[in-house]
Amino acid sequence: MKIVLIQLVLIVVVLLAAVRLLRGRGARAQAVRRLGLLLFAAFAVWSILFPTVWTRIAKLVGVGRGTDMVLYALVVAFLSFTLTTYVRFRDFEARYTKIARRLALDEANPPQPKLVTPEQPAPVDPEQQAKPYLDS
Amino acid sequence: MTVEQPAYTSKKAEQTGSGVHDTWVIIPLFNEESVIGDVVAQVLTAFDQVVCVDDGSTDRSAARAAQAGARVVRHPLNLGQGAALQTGFQYALADPSMQYVVTFDADGQHQIADALGMVERLRAGEADVVFGSRFLDERTKPNFAKKMVLRAAVGYTNLTTRTRLTDAHNGLRAIRRPVVAQLDITQNRMAHASELVAQIGASKASYVEHPVHILYTDYSKSKGQSLWNSINILADLILR
Repeated sequence: MKIVLIQLVLIVVVLLAAVRLLRGRGARAQAVRRLGLLLFAAFAVWSILFPTVWTRIAKLVGVGRGTDMVLYALVVAFLSFTLTTYVRFRDFEARYTKIARRLALDEANPPQPKLVTPEQPAPVDPEQQAKPYLDS
Repeated sequence: MTVEQPAYTSKKAEQTGSGVHDTWVIIPLFNEESVIGDVVAQVLTAFDQVVCVDDGSTDRSAARAAQAGARVVRHPLNLGQGAALQTGFQYALADPSMQYVVTFDADGQHQIADALGMVERLRAGEADVVFGSRFLDERTKPNFAKKMVLRAAVGYTNLTTRTRLTDAHNGLRAIRRPVVAQLDITQNRMAHASELVAQIGASKASYVEHPVHILYTDYSKSKGQSLWNSINILADLILR
């Protein structure tokens, strides 16, 4: 087996991408994702060195050629990426909405003071209001 | 006793008309400077308390609303109508004497008389929520395409929520305080209408529909949602 230039280039790119992703902000929850990523990178290197592995997988699942298999895998990966990105973006949006709402409400005049001005006395709870009324 | 007391009783006597202190009218506001002043002034003839939630307008909408006598809560950036409604709910909930909220559109397509009628039904204890519906009588005349989109929207809403409505995307609603306190609208954009219905359906609050007249002026038509937007709404709902 002799290594072709394209294989070298691809391996370097995959390794760089894996390292770059692994060095993201760390948390225990990410551990599984990282392990998966390592496996994925290992498989990527493997399949670059031995492209026939795709053909074998393709045969296994009943797809004609290995290249078709790669294409299908890419389509699935891309779609799931789109969806997770969408969901993550929505979570992010929900968070900054809360911040913005808090800011907006804190900056606004609260709803009550207007009611306590002399012209517009506070609408005291009728039950509470009734007592002094009866006394007088 | 105090000087305020007679004033309070006189206020109480006229609570059927203006001077209703237990109701907040919530108007989500985004770039409506040409009409918002009139809309607020109109609402103030029937209701005392109006809050405009300015959703990061780039024109003078907020100033116009304040001039006309509304309270204004300003989002620091544009978040969407659903977010504006939720902000309005939270603002109204901060007033302990609030019993009812009315949601009202800023573009002047709703009628004050309808809003009053809906609050009256809440007051009479008919239900916890009164939804406005433009399809209960023949006053509102949407064009064919709009009708189809609205029918599809309500069909989807009825299918996915525990409710039976005739008009799901109507901005005119009246809601009692306990229900308002339970609402948590997270759909920032237009899908919030269905989300609101879904949350009310899930909360098992009682609801009725009230016939309302939607005035399709040239202005509201030009500002109204395009048909394409219904596709976006559907996507937002499915991918939530």
